[in-house]
Order: sequence, then C-alpha cells, then structure tokens
Amino acid sequence: MVETIPFTLCFLWSRSYLGAFSLDGVSKRFICPLPERVKIVEVGPRDGLQNEKTIVPAEVKIRLIDMLSEAGLPVIEATSFVSPKWVPQMADQEEVMRGIQRKPGVNYPVLTPNLKGYRAAVTAGAKEVAIFGAASELFSKKNINCSVEESLQRFEEVMKAAKQEGIPVRGYISCVLGCPYEGKVSPVKVAEVAKRLYSMGCYEISLGDTIGVGTPGGMAEMLEAVKKEVPIHALAVHCHDTYGQALANILVALQNGVSVVDSSVAGLGGCPYAQGASGNVATEDVIYMLNGLGIHTGVDLPKLMDAGSYICRSLNRRTSSKVAQATCKL
Amino acid sequence: MGNAPIAVKHCLNYGALMGDSPWMPWLLQEKKEMVPTEVKIQLIDMLSQTGLSVIEATSFVSSKWVAQMADHTEVLRGINKLPHVRYPVLTPNLQGFQAAVEAGASEVAVFGSASETFSKRNINCSIEESMRRFEQVITAAKQAGIPVRGYVSCTLGCPYEGDIQPAQVKKVVKRLLELGCYEVSLGDTTGAGTAGSMAAMLRAVTTEVPVHALAVHCHDTYGQALANILTALQMGVSVVDSSVAGLGGCPYAKGAGGNVSTEDVVYMLHGLGIETGVDLSKVIEAGEFICQALNRPTSSKVAQATNKSKPSLSRSD
Repeated sequence: MVETIPFTLCFLWSRSYLGAFSLDGVSKRFICPLPERVKIVEVGPRDGLQNEKTIVPAEVKIRLIDMLSEAGLPVIEATSFVSPKWVPQMADQEEVMRGIQRKPGVNYPVLTPNLKGYRAAVTAGAKEVAIFGAASELFSKKNINCSVEESLQRFEEVMKAAKQEGIPVRGYISCVLGCPYEGKVSPVKVAEVAKRLYSMGCYEISLGDTIGVGTPGGMAEMLEAVKKEVPIHALAVHCHDTYGQALANILVALQNGVSVVDSSVAGLGGCPYAQGASGNVATEDVIYMLNGLGIHTGVDLPKLMDAGSYICRSLNRRTSSKVAQATCKL
Repeated sequence: MGNAPIAVKHCLNYGALMGDSPWMPWLLQEKKEMVPTEVKIQLIDMLSQTGLSVIEATSFVSSKWVAQMADHTEVLRGINKLPHVRYPVLTPNLQGFQAAVEAGASEVAVFGSASETFSKRNINCSIEESMRRFEQVITAAKQAGIPVRGYVSCTLGCPYEGDIQPAQVKKVVKRLLELGCYEVSLGDTTGAGTAGSMAAMLRAVTTEVPVHALAVHCHDTYGQALANILTALQMGVSVVDSSVAGLGGCPYAKGAGGNVSTEDVVYMLHGLGIETGVDLSKVIEAGEFICQALNRPTSSKVAQATNKSKPSLSRSD
C-alpha cells in the first residue's frame, strides 16, 4: 500500500466486497490519491434560495453573490431562468444578472430549462448555463411534466444554441442515489443519463443526491458505473445533507477521483420532500473538511461565513452550517 | 489480513445525556434540567431493546461535581439488564469504583486526556497523576474480574492547547492499555478534527497499538463526525461511540452540536452494508422519547428527516 498523503485509499466496490472495506487487500492499482485541488460550485443563490420560503429582494441576492465572489468561490450559480410562475423566488433573474459585480475568473452559470429560458439568459448577459435531467422517470414526470427522454430532447435545443454561441453548458442529474417516488435508482440508469448529457456537449455533469438518502457505499457504487461512461474530471457531486450523510459521501467521491463539489452557503435550501428537514450541504462545512485534508479550494472561510451570516440575517433564519454555529459561539 | 469491519460494535454514550463527561464539572453546574431517574431508566431500557451491545449507563463521579449523576446507584439498580448487553459506568477513582461495584457494575471506564492543560483544568491533576489514580482502579478491577475501558480526550485538538501531537495521543493510549484497559476510545472532544487529522492520528497510534483495541468517539460540533468515523473505519477501527439523538452539546461552543447521533451513524453503517445488530427504528423511538422528556429537538438528521417525510423513504434495515 503506497501512501503519499494521509489515507490515499481507494476501495474497490465489487459485489463480493459490498459493505466491506479492505485495507491490506487493496492492491496498488486501486489507490487513488485525493485531489490536490477541488473546485467548489456554490449553488446557494439559486438552488439554496429557490428552496427557501422567504422571498428576498434582488439587492439582497446581488449583495450575497458579490460577497461570495469576494470569498474566492470560482463558480457561483447566480439565478434561474425558469418561469417565475413556477419559481417566484427567481422572478428577478434579469435584475440579478445585471446587478452583480462579475469578478474576473469567476463563472456565474444560470439555470435554463428550455430554449426560451436560454434566450432570456443570454439576453440578460449569461456566459454559462445549466440544464437539469433526472435519473428517475417518475421524478422527471412529476417535476417537469415529461419523461427523461423528452427532457433530453428539450435540452438538445439548448445545447445546439449554446454551442453556436460558444456558451458552456453544465448538466445536472437529480435522484442519483434515490428517488422520493421510485425509491432505489439503478447506477446503470444514472450512467446512461450522464453519458447522454456528456455526449450532447455538457462540459461537466453534477450528480445530485436529491433527497440526501445516499450513503458512502451507494455513492461509490454509482460513481463506479458513471466513470465507465464519463471521464472523472467531468463529474461533480451535489450532496444533500437531509440524513447527515453529505460530508461522508463527498469524502468517498473525492477518494474515487471526483474534484468538483457543489454546496450551498449556510446550507441554504431545505428538502421539499421532508418538510423541515435540511437539504443542501453547507459550503462552510465542506471547506472546513477540505482545509483539514490539505486540499486547495481558493476559498476564504471567514469571508464565506460572513456571506452566510448576511444571508441568514436577511432570511431571518439560523444557519445550517455546523462550522458557522460552532465558530459563532466560541 | 487487516480487514476493515464487517460488523461494528456500538458503544452508546449514554453519559452524553448527563452533559457528556466528568471533564467539565463546573460547566455541568450550569442550570441544566435534572432528568428524573425513572426517565433515565426508561431510556436505557429502550436502548437495550434496540440491539445496542454496550450502553454507558451512568457515572460514579461525586454528585458534588456532577449533580445529574446523583442517582447513579438507583439507575444501575433500576435498569433491566439484558444478558447480551453491557452497561459500563464511569469511575474516576477508587472510591467511585467501589461504589460502582456495590451498585452492581460489571464494567467500568476511566477517562484520560492527551492534553496536559485539559487534564489540569478538568480534573485538577496532570496526565501522569491521573494515570496513577486509574492504576488503582484498574488493579482493583482486575482483582474483581471487572473489565475496564479507557477514554482519551482531545485526541484531535484541545480547547486550550490547540493542536495535539499524534505521538502524545499514542503515549497516553499505550499507557492505558498497559495498565490493563481492554479498549481505548479516542475522543475528538471539541469536534474540530477532520478526516485528515483523524487519519494522521490513527496512523501514529496504530504503529504501536493494535487497531482492534481502539474505538472512536467523534463530536459533530463542526459537522465532521461521520466523515471522521468513515475514515476510522477505513483504517480498521470497528468500535464507534455515539449518542442517541446526538444528546450532549459542546461546552466550548454554547449552542453548538456535540456528540454524533447514533441514528446518523447507524444509517451510514447500514448503507455501507456493515452489520451493527441495531434496529434503527427503535433507536429513533428511544431518541424521540428522551427528546420529549427533555423538551428539546433531536440533533439527529435521520430522525428529523424520518419524522417529516413519507414512510417509504426510511432506510432503516
């Protein structure tokens, strides 16, 4: 066993080993060093706020995004060009896009569910967009009223337009570790959808544990399947902390070669499937773990916590970040 | 072969209910709600039915320091001891040990620290002096055929000293094992540890201590506990301490989390296919019971999610 930095273990997940970790039994070829750098994709201003009941004014969103830019986050999901009829929190999408101070070197992707949303996004100045698929048929039908295949066809239109205009597209897949309607989701299905999005032209695929039911075992198994179809550098994980498993799941993802992690400042955004339960993993807690592992993120944790305090005051809610809770009380 | 665990033994840190440990007696004097004896007994009895194999029942610290523990004898005599479950109790010194044995204890625990300052501030003596006290307890325990578990606090950081050297942790662990402890639980007392520091500490300790004699006792103050436990499992540790409903806050960060919750740990272990013998739904029930009795919300995310969501989402095995 070669150890270059603490715990450079990558465990092989095969049927016979399912549930067992083997130390001495792991041969050299399965050892994956942890990444030296991890890119954090901050989804608080969009995914986070979208799932908060309190509607915050555009100037608060703008200020939040500007503070996050100052904290060193390289990617900040700014808003969503979904119809305000469905997501009233994002009705001020254009005002936000125009109001933020874009820091050089920072990307500000926006969600675009269809061609119409894409056009509006580009008109408002978007330089990167994101599309959302699902690994579960029922989830796709219940949430966007169409099958997974139909949604991918809609996205083809967006992809085509984005390619012509040189606008990168990030793909999201929800329900990769479980679905609120279907229950278990097959890793093979996740891999199929990931492959489709990647071959359509998405530069990166974010794999979302939408209801937070995943555990490290399921995460490893899913990644093993997806890695066969999409190169690891193009994969990200988007873990929800509804069952407290997010950091452990992220750790396993890193051990499996993933180096892009989505998270939400202050853990904004609850879980719509478990009223009152938590949702997104808190960026502060992720950064704390990565700092402790010696992994470079470029994020200034105190400034990040300032941004978290700011948005929690504006929302009149307590932070979901344990690091923020502990640090504020010490 | 250094196999990581197929099965994990849970040591339920019921002591967390009592404000966690005897290290901070003056903090425990704060106005904490006194839990009636019958509630403690009922909680332990409910936990005994969950499949947990070790339940830390009470503490024989002087009630002058830890008022919550004044009923230790009553609790130990009142619980329904199941044959396959062990009920260790904390015994800081020989006097406490003798009282514990009289009350029917068949396993005891002693608490050391990897930090000199922490030891002095909390039990008014150096690490070396505390070891001499424990030696008396362990000698008496050996004669009585009573196993002794050791705890070491501050293994991943000290609220006073900051970083703690892994070599120092190893020294204290070795001492406790040489004195006769059958197992040593490594505590991340402030919860400041990360997967990185956990791995570094365990690597150092296991150069001279067999991993089967180690347990981890992680606090979730910074949200790192499950990742730290996972790291420990990957390094061969197969004993994990936790606290139902995540009871027991952090005395160093008022209002912040403390112990990792048993429900969340069991959820992770079951998802990994690791056997614990624990019925998660019964642990959740015990957690609900004690939270109602204490009039406080659970700190377990699994309990929060399970209470608020559709039954089909439950992952308990």
